[in-house]
Amino acid sequence: MPMPALWKKLVRDLARLWAQATAIALVLAAGIAILLTTFGMFRALDATRAAYYERNRFADVFASVRRAPMSIIPEIEGLDGVLAVEARVAGLATLDLPGRKRPAIGRIVSLPPGGTPRLNVPVVRAGRLPDPSGRDEVAVNSRFADANGFRPGDRFTANLNGRKRELLITGIVLSPEFIYAIGPGMLMPDNAGYGILWMPHREAAAAFDLSGAFNDLSVQLATGANPQDVIAALDRLLAPYGATGAHDRSRQLSNSFIEAELTQLKGSSMLLPPIFFAIAAFLVNMVMARLVTLERPQIGLLKAIGYTNREIALHYLMLAILVAVVGIIIGWAAGTWLARGLTRLYAQFFTFPFLIYAVPAGTYVVAAVLAVAAAAAGALRATLQAARLPPAVAMAPPAPPRFRRTLLEPVFRRLHVSQPMRMVLRGILRWPIRSTLTMLGYALAVAVLVATRFFYDSLDLLLDATFYQTNRQDVTLVLADALPETAALAEAQRLPGVLAVEGTRSTPVELVSGNRAKRLGIEARRPGATLSRVLDRDGRPVTPPKGGLLLTERVARQLGVGAGDTVEVRFLSGRREVHLVTVSGISRQFIGLGAFMDFDALHRVLREGARVTALHVSVDNRALDAFYRAVKDMPKVTAVLSLRESLRTFRDTIRKNVVIMNTVNLVIAFLITFGVAYNQARIQLSERSRELASLRILGFTRAEVSTILVGETLILVLVAQPFGWLIGSAIAEALARNSESDLYTIPAVLEPHTFAFASLVVILLAIFTVAIVRRRLDRLDLVTAMKTRE
Amino acid sequence: MRDVGPDPVFTTQDLRKVYDTGTRKVVALDGVDLKVYAAEFTVLLGPSGSGKSTLLNILGGLDRPTSGRVLFRDLDLTALDDRGLTEYRRRHVGFVFQFYNLVPSLTARENVQLVTDVSPDPMPADEALELVGLGERMDHFPAELSGGEQQRVAIARAIAKRPEVLLCDEPTGALDSHTGVQVLSVLDSINARLGTTTVVITHNAAIERMAHRVFHFSDGKVRESYTNPNRARPEEISW
Repeated sequence: MPMPALWKKLVRDLARLWAQATAIALVLAAGIAILLTTFGMFRALDATRAAYYERNRFADVFASVRRAPMSIIPEIEGLDGVLAVEARVAGLATLDLPGRKRPAIGRIVSLPPGGTPRLNVPVVRAGRLPDPSGRDEVAVNSRFADANGFRPGDRFTANLNGRKRELLITGIVLSPEFIYAIGPGMLMPDNAGYGILWMPHREAAAAFDLSGAFNDLSVQLATGANPQDVIAALDRLLAPYGATGAHDRSRQLSNSFIEAELTQLKGSSMLLPPIFFAIAAFLVNMVMARLVTLERPQIGLLKAIGYTNREIALHYLMLAILVAVVGIIIGWAAGTWLARGLTRLYAQFFTFPFLIYAVPAGTYVVAAVLAVAAAAAGALRATLQAARLPPAVAMAPPAPPRFRRTLLEPVFRRLHVSQPMRMVLRGILRWPIRSTLTMLGYALAVAVLVATRFFYDSLDLLLDATFYQTNRQDVTLVLADALPETAALAEAQRLPGVLAVEGTRSTPVELVSGNRAKRLGIEARRPGATLSRVLDRDGRPVTPPKGGLLLTERVARQLGVGAGDTVEVRFLSGRREVHLVTVSGISRQFIGLGAFMDFDALHRVLREGARVTALHVSVDNRALDAFYRAVKDMPKVTAVLSLRESLRTFRDTIRKNVVIMNTVNLVIAFLITFGVAYNQARIQLSERSRELASLRILGFTRAEVSTILVGETLILVLVAQPFGWLIGSAIAEALARNSESDLYTIPAVLEPHTFAFASLVVILLAIFTVAIVRRRLDRLDLVTAMKTRE
Repeated sequence: MRDVGPDPVFTTQDLRKVYDTGTRKVVALDGVDLKVYAAEFTVLLGPSGSGKSTLLNILGGLDRPTSGRVLFRDLDLTALDDRGLTEYRRRHVGFVFQFYNLVPSLTARENVQLVTDVSPDPMPADEALELVGLGERMDHFPAELSGGEQQRVAIARAIAKRPEVLLCDEPTGALDSHTGVQVLSVLDSINARLGTTTVVITHNAAIERMAHRVFHFSDGKVRESYTNPNRARPEEISW
């Protein structure tokens, strides 16, 4: 059976409208591609993580203690809701790697005497797990091995609690515990500088003086068990052993980073695609309205022939749906490609034993359905109009649009507004809804640029606050234990190249206010510390007052307290006392959670002599190598954090992603602007072709006539700017809020140059797009244009 | 010459149509009573604004009267809803318009197929085009055809469904005399060969000479009606 004639018309109409259809299809495609990458990757990452956790029995609850005897394990296993328990020895070690000047940080995790763990089961990639009875054998995580070129059989030196040991790598493994392996004090994973070391229990226990004991506990829950009940029971049971509080997966470091990424993906998938679908719907609406107006006689004819209203409505609806189909195909392809790029990006940060499976098929279907729905919604008005058009009316030429005198007329006269300009302004006012929506389209393009580019300004602020205002030290030495202040400072002073040293005391606490509680570390420094400082809300250095507590904004908000309120401080180490402390102020900190006290005040409360748990050191650049060599041999230093190195890694990673992000955002803004401007100008040209031809016949120049065409676009795009800034700021705030977690906050910083850039890009693109359409004016055949029967 | 049957296809009774433009009321039909008989070639003659187009639209089911009745044989068109009117047009009526109203994106043949796609018992599109003498130009787009050719495509499209009535609104209005005569002879031969009841409205008085029956319109009323005892052949007409 041959193709029905009406279908042929459909296909040819689409071919005729290809440029406008493409503009719309591209906007739809952008929405689909973003939906696939964000929501698709959200589902893919979520599913991959879930599968990995289940296969490798990732624990549900975690606890750490100072030292607990192995003999209490049966009691823990007997707790309600507990399915399996793994008791381990965990600790930090300074590593001296061949060919590396700076010490690396090693996280020691013990393997049970039986060899293979019951929980958090590592996947052996190469070699084998260490022999439970072997000596100085370790397995290392694959990222660490890759970055340092290690293979099974290689060796390196570790400073284990003050004892130097040469370790043999027996195997290279992955673990669900360390999908995202970030070292203490690092902003980004530093694969070469941070390694996970799996070591037989006997040896790890010997190294950390924990023979017959453990300091790290993983618990798997029975199905249906309430984690909070188990956590409470564990806390009661472990309290005498220096427990710092059990927690569920949400506070497990690797998991919480993945969780943060998932939250961001989900947020973006809820925020961005709807913008594109809305714009596409609007563009379809604009084009279809014009098409139905132009095809009035044809609609009348079809009705006269006997086509039903439904057939005619469906005919126009199909046109919109065909455009959507084109968009879907492009969007699917682009989305698949983008998702692959994102997978590669994830592979930089997250380590899975199997590939993050690409976008699930269901997401493709959802995206397609949404795109068709958007196109259909956009076509609805015009379609119904075509269906409802009485045939006798359809056959008659449409009445000329009714222009009315507006309140602006006296203004026109007063300002001597030129006739072409009056035509432009009346045109805008004649179709207020269309003009407003067009303007909104431009505003959204500006908003997309503002809303995504704010990250760079935010990161600048974040880096400045974190590295140049707060943490100005070159190196932080993390100590194995709280050491007497005077001796520790003196020892550090003697290290080569040291210019200044400041001690800091950190102690784990639970802050409680009403029914809200937050676990974190209180940090205390001597007044006048200049290396590591605390900033107030305005970014000025502030000293915690005696007897008061400074909280970072996020902690204060989560606890629902402000300056002047009192919080309960439950110390989770030492004597484990509970004190009421007044919140004396709020501080600004973007990374991590923080609470700060005066050094002496904290020690008074703890009823201890002055002790420090970390040393912030400023080092002469020229003596850095000697300094590192010396530190590698310091027995009490468990981790050496190079702040400079952190900053460099962070900058490198960001820079790589900036180029990608910038390109994607520019493409998005381009698609929106092009889609709106091109369609608007084409419709203008179509509606005004007789008018413009008349003007040309009357002797107006091409340039003058072009003003009318370009004028409307220019006015609307200019009016759109402040709206774009406002919407963009709102989206930026939403994105910033959405990215907030206990790990970091991205501040919403919007600098004037962000707005200027966004506006410039959109305005220039709009003008450029209209200029393309304007060229058609030159080809306007004056005689035919006048003859065209509307 | 054929016998003219006494069989009325259309009967109108006190037909009135008033357009309300908001500011004033325009009476387009002011009590029209007439009968159109089967197989006849009927001409409605009158100046523009006399109401003849309104009447044609109502007869064709494109519009509804404000009051009065229209019967298509026994079918009361005024009692039909939108769906009923669509069905009526689909089955019984062929239209020819002054400006041809071809779909520009479809070829001559495809324009005819628009009709044959939805008709219960159509003739092949090619046959309809042969009937109007366009067998050679079937695959041309409207823009590639002359005005007369376009109008003949429109006629082919109208007759392809084998309609009982063919309603023509100023079919020669946009054509020169010579081309107009060609179109008229196509209409005449369709009327003669297929027996299709044909109603032509025109302000061109020359055309009344070829009609079986003529109605003169002015100001929404039928002023005069008569039958032509000696019909002229289209070729004898000129204007």
